[in-house]
Amino acid sequence: MEATLERGNVLEQPPENLEGVPAWFNASRQAGWKRFLELAMPTRRDEEWRFARLKQLDFEGVHLPDPEPPAGHRGAAGLEKRAARFGFINDTLNESEVNLPEGVICLPLDQALAEHGELVAEHFMKSESTLGSAKFTALHQAHLSTGMFIYVPDNVQVADPIEVFHWLSGDHIITFPHTLVVTGRNAQVSVVDYFQSDSTARNAWAIAVNDLVAGPGSQLNYLVLQDLCDQARMIQVNTTTVARDATAKSFILNVGTAWARQESLSRMEGENAHSDMISVSIARDAQEYDQRTFQHHVSPRSYSDLLYKNTLYDESRTVFSGLIQVDEGAHFTDAYQTCRNLMMSETAEANSMPGLEINADQVKCSHGSTAAMIDDEEIFYLRARGIKSQIARQLVAQGFSVEAITRLRNEALEEIVLSFSAREFSRISERVVT
Amino acid sequence: MDTGTQEAIDIDRSKGDFSYPESHKFDAGVGLSPATVDYICDVKNDPDWVREFRHKALKTFESKPMPTHWATKDLENIDFDVIRYYLSDGTKPTRSWDEVPDDIKETFERLGIPQQERAFLAGVEAQYDSEAAYSNVKEELEKDGVIFVNSTEGLKEHEEIFRPWFGKVIPTGDNKFSALNSAVFSGGSFIYVPKGLKVRHPLQAYFRINSENFGQFERTLIICDEGSELTYMEGCTAPKFETTTLHSAVVELVAMKDAKLQYITVQNWSSNVFNLVTKRGIAHENAEVRWIDCNIGSRLTMKYPGVVMKGRKARGEVISIALANSGQHQDTGAKMIHAADETTSNVVSKSISVGEGRSTYRGQVHIPKHLKGCRNNTECDALLINSSSRTDTYPAITVRGNQHATQHEASVSQVSAEMLFYMQQRGLSEGAAMSLAVNGFVNDLVREFPMEYSVELKRLIELEMEGSVG
Repeated sequence: MEATLERGNVLEQPPENLEGVPAWFNASRQAGWKRFLELAMPTRRDEEWRFARLKQLDFEGVHLPDPEPPAGHRGAAGLEKRAARFGFINDTLNESEVNLPEGVICLPLDQALAEHGELVAEHFMKSESTLGSAKFTALHQAHLSTGMFIYVPDNVQVADPIEVFHWLSGDHIITFPHTLVVTGRNAQVSVVDYFQSDSTARNAWAIAVNDLVAGPGSQLNYLVLQDLCDQARMIQVNTTTVARDATAKSFILNVGTAWARQESLSRMEGENAHSDMISVSIARDAQEYDQRTFQHHVSPRSYSDLLYKNTLYDESRTVFSGLIQVDEGAHFTDAYQTCRNLMMSETAEANSMPGLEINADQVKCSHGSTAAMIDDEEIFYLRARGIKSQIARQLVAQGFSVEAITRLRNEALEEIVLSFSAREFSRISERVVT
Repeated sequence: MDTGTQEAIDIDRSKGDFSYPESHKFDAGVGLSPATVDYICDVKNDPDWVREFRHKALKTFESKPMPTHWATKDLENIDFDVIRYYLSDGTKPTRSWDEVPDDIKETFERLGIPQQERAFLAGVEAQYDSEAAYSNVKEELEKDGVIFVNSTEGLKEHEEIFRPWFGKVIPTGDNKFSALNSAVFSGGSFIYVPKGLKVRHPLQAYFRINSENFGQFERTLIICDEGSELTYMEGCTAPKFETTTLHSAVVELVAMKDAKLQYITVQNWSSNVFNLVTKRGIAHENAEVRWIDCNIGSRLTMKYPGVVMKGRKARGEVISIALANSGQHQDTGAKMIHAADETTSNVVSKSISVGEGRSTYRGQVHIPKHLKGCRNNTECDALLINSSSRTDTYPAITVRGNQHATQHEASVSQVSAEMLFYMQQRGLSEGAAMSLAVNGFVNDLVREFPMEYSVELKRLIELEMEGSVG
């Protein structure tokens, strides 16, 4: 406890210089801290925080974790076939297993900084955080000490996914998970980030940044499985840049935390760039998921498609704010955005703000947002076949999520997501029965 | 854009682009202060409660910041210190067209007001700068108990009906511009339709700005009592001055049980008018409020007609068409607040951006907890004509509970080259093809407007679109 007190509140603690990293990285930590101090906390007047519950930004007593992490934790079993597996407990590496093709760099960030400093510098936190959490991104930058750096060189395909586990343990601790994935020309890789915790992570925080850089003609899949304990909170800031002929696919599953805010920005920088943004959230109790997205079409003839599906039980609450921006000259853009909310209780609340900003010509853009409950007819149909209404409702809700999950178009990845969502649904239905 | 298109679009603007020399008996001078408010009160001989209301509103206005954290920065170009807040020749409108001063009469005749009245209207009010110059309602309606007067007369002569609803649908502090209007309002209509009366012909108001640097702040309150029906139309024009002009109205509608109230606006202000209007209606049990809105003119329009559905089975609807040309920003939308079970709302918005014009849709749909069977449908479609045209959509939908259904859809499109090619192949010129395509885009909405307006609208849209493809 004393050690904890010494460290003090994370918001009042300037970062110290790290050893064994390039000078620019320490400078970046200091710059992040300076920026963090300059920026104001979000207020109700900020459009980026409309409908947000600002009281969730509670950092009272929140501090950096002990440098010696608690032992004995291990994340979910994960995939059977994988190219690599890394595990972190409170931002400290505790397991690694690698079976990668030659030339692929897949290292904890601190090690990557020491060995491939210049390559990391080229891609490290290059995009400004514009969707509301700039202050927290700056805090992340200031306190960042490790994470994952994955670089797949030109023409190299990593067949099986790379798994990264981020485990949180201990109350009031804060972690800064970081994932940077870069693919070269025509390269291919899938990365799965797991965010999990034990039940001691009360009032614990994770402020995660993940940047994806998809090089020309490459294919980059990235999954977030967010399964933190119900008392933890999370902010996740994602930036994806998609070069010419590249395809980036990002997927977020939310089943955990008391409150999670996710900002995802996808920038189409070359012709024929293609970005899929998919999310499934299953919210129950008083859980809140606050998601902000931005599909930015810089270059002509690019494509983006977003599908966010929320299933809301109990008193849960979701916010979806999405914007498609088509820059001047980004003609022949195809951009789609859909947010669907399935309301499973009388007290759940769904907010959606699907937006479009079009400054170009010859574009095909559309957005749709719906909120509705399960149709009585669907339940009747299932009951007529002898299925109890309680189970019928769960089946329909599961089917609702599955539509988004199958967009992954990868059996192994779909299976791992389904295992998490099915567990969550059965947890909810068991609870309803008792 | 080629000159042909330019001319075609400009035609209807010139109709309102003329002004007469000013000869105002009452002029509150330039700028806004408590003294300005007192001046207006004195001229209008306001009762004390109104004077107090205005002063309070002024304080609210001063304390509220500009909403530029979400709205366009163009609002910062409004200089409240150079605006003239009250100009008139007296506060009593005449009932006979012959008594209207010549220049004002000529103004409205050029705009076609008396002919229209004879043709199809049940009553007309014509406002010139701050006060109504002319107000008339057909005798039989008056006998039936319809009240159709300006707001000044309404609050004095009919206080018992006026005061309970005044400022209740849109409170002073709703936004900065509703506060401004509450402080300096003048003119606008007060209408009361008694129980069970269905007014067959529309009532109309016409708003005209004649003076430079002038701010028009009319205030309209319409109450439809149980089971009554009314259609109200307003038109707006102003000449094009060198400097900008401000129009900031507040319109409150009250539809009691089973009433039906339809409010139609065709806004064609000149392209230097800031048009910042707050419009909202309350629909009680089984009542219906419809806003039919067409925005063609102004430099910046910010207008989001709203309906608060307060009683069971109330209905709200907003149908809007916006046309944004170069130098214009049509920032319009709708606000649907569901506050009772089984309420339904519908929003259909279509916008066309031409040249460097920008059109924006902003919407809010709110369905709170513990309500059952609420439904909302929102559709907004945007059409971009030129490569430098711009369109944005920012809806916000809040749904609580699982007894409701909402759907929102938006699309952005062009008139496709193939569509034009198809029509040209059948012998239509490119311009005719373009105008046919644009008309097809808004046609289902244009039909919602009364005939006289839909003809005018069609003419506006049937433009020579030649050469504006791509």
